[in-house]
Amino acid sequence: MSAITEDDLVRFVYREARLLDEMRYEEWLDLFAEDGHYWMPAQWRQTDPRLQASLMYEDLLLLRVRVERLAGARTFSQKPRSRSHHLLQAPEVDEIDPARNLYRTYTPFHYVETRGDTKELYAGWARHELSVVDGALKIRLKRVDLVNFDAPFGSIQLFM
Amino acid sequence: MARYRNDPEAVRALVRPTEVHRDVYVDPEVFALEMEHLFANTWVYVGHASQIPNPGDYLTTEIGRQPVLMSRHTDGSIHVLYNRCPHKGVKIAAEACGNTGRFFRCPYHAWSFKTDGRLLAIPLKKGYEGTELDRKDAVQGLAPVAQVHIHREFVFAKLNRGGQSFEEFFGPSLSSIDNMIDRSPQGRLVVEGAPLRYMHTCNWKMLAENQTDTCHPMVAHESSAGTAVSVWEREAAKGGRKPMAVELYAPFMSPYEFFEKMGIRVWPNGHGHTGVSTSIHADYSAIPGYFEQMVEAYGEERAKAILDENRHNTVYFPNIMVKGPIQTLRVFKPLAADRTLVESWTFRLVGAPDQLFERTLMYNRLINAPTSIVGHDDLEVYERAQLGLQADGHEWVNVERLREPDETPDGTAVVNGTSERQMRNQFHAWVKYMTMTMTMDKGPARDGAAA
Repeated sequence: MSAITEDDLVRFVYREARLLDEMRYEEWLDLFAEDGHYWMPAQWRQTDPRLQASLMYEDLLLLRVRVERLAGARTFSQKPRSRSHHLLQAPEVDEIDPARNLYRTYTPFHYVETRGDTKELYAGWARHELSVVDGALKIRLKRVDLVNFDAPFGSIQLFM
Repeated sequence: MARYRNDPEAVRALVRPTEVHRDVYVDPEVFALEMEHLFANTWVYVGHASQIPNPGDYLTTEIGRQPVLMSRHTDGSIHVLYNRCPHKGVKIAAEACGNTGRFFRCPYHAWSFKTDGRLLAIPLKKGYEGTELDRKDAVQGLAPVAQVHIHREFVFAKLNRGGQSFEEFFGPSLSSIDNMIDRSPQGRLVVEGAPLRYMHTCNWKMLAENQTDTCHPMVAHESSAGTAVSVWEREAAKGGRKPMAVELYAPFMSPYEFFEKMGIRVWPNGHGHTGVSTSIHADYSAIPGYFEQMVEAYGEERAKAILDENRHNTVYFPNIMVKGPIQTLRVFKPLAADRTLVESWTFRLVGAPDQLFERTLMYNRLINAPTSIVGHDDLEVYERAQLGLQADGHEWVNVERLREPDETPDGTAVVNGTSERQMRNQFHAWVKYMTMTMTMDKGPARDGAAA
């Protein structure tokens, strides 16, 4: 793969959101590196996913459990199914560091999750830490900070 | 028209030995009476002393629907006060927690109060010269709730005077909290990590009952825990150690026989727990160094006794659940007949390895978060129940499983772990505390003739 450009990173972030909204979850999982994580902190400017409370801090195994669960015959909380809509602000590229194989982006977003007659709007900031693995960009860490991370939510069943 | 107010007989009739009328879940009047009576006659959890370690520290919460604050006074004592300025009614403390310094100051007219609630100062006090303010409640300061009891840093309060003492109300059930504390080599817990807050559009009692419902995990959680097990089985073929998360999920899929054997213990006044002989928390991997610390602190025999007590869910009536082996405490805060805020708190065992706290936090987010797939399973059935109970086809909810003819209400017993005995126990207590302070008055309202 040739040198990673800002444009590559921005397109990656858009594509990831599109896969989620089109419910192409298997392809979405393929975007993660083997040791990749999806993290939703539960505190302001949280620094530690391990010894501080988070809403989610999941590796590929746990994300796969979620994806397979969504399609399960006895997944009653998905009858009816949820759907999602991402509205992304243009991602900012925070870091391009080929020497460390580290690429970081920052993407404010609005996210809508619907199910049946309910529609919930969430807002926050997504931070992607990407690396090139076998010639393709992969997610090392997707961090999703909600603006109201400490509010009581109903069920959030899909991925922001 | 009121159907239950001032009518303890009508309230009693909502609970039969093996059935509960749907109005206990859906009726706004019953909910209002719960707030007036049930949550005033019971000892309700307020918070943990470690949340307010320093003078001036406070936290805010609710007892039923009553806004209260819990503060650490300058002399180190803890006070539970109604969170309401005696002047115009403004909530004195608005944040979940904080430090107010040496006094609380109302943001409206700057009436100020010491951290034990007593009135400190009123600006332009001369405006009250010659008035009767001195004889008014207002000068008493922030009103204290009637009764407060602190059990090993766990703070409980009761809104009504009199009634059962703390010891009488909880009795031997405190052993579950004690076990959670004893799991610290220093015998001390601290609240750490933000509480996970999950809004439920269902009645608070559905959560309280579900804590000892052992016939639902293998059904409702097949989608989450069952999928975790099957995904892990595929992964395990590639080798590698079972991850902590799989250790936490997998026991939910234990068969009925496991839950039958683990047992349920009921205590008087609506308290009880699942997991008498074993539980879904009994087979987690040992955390390196922890057992050695416990032996050093307690001696081997006592350390083993503490760690072999693997109680599953302990319900402290009316609205909290404690998990000793996991160090979590869940509060089911009633907001309306069909609305409940669930707050799941985590404790760190002081002096124990970080890995234990890591497991506590992981358990909390995997099981109790609004993003938890196990939580999604549970909330789905609660919400469907809240909707289904509107149906007129049946008016009663059944709690008859493994009922024995000689069940003594308010007794202590150990029974089959799939019994609904603890649900019956909770509803027996529900009637008792609902009607304890309710008087019969069906006559013309306040016409002066009725006493």
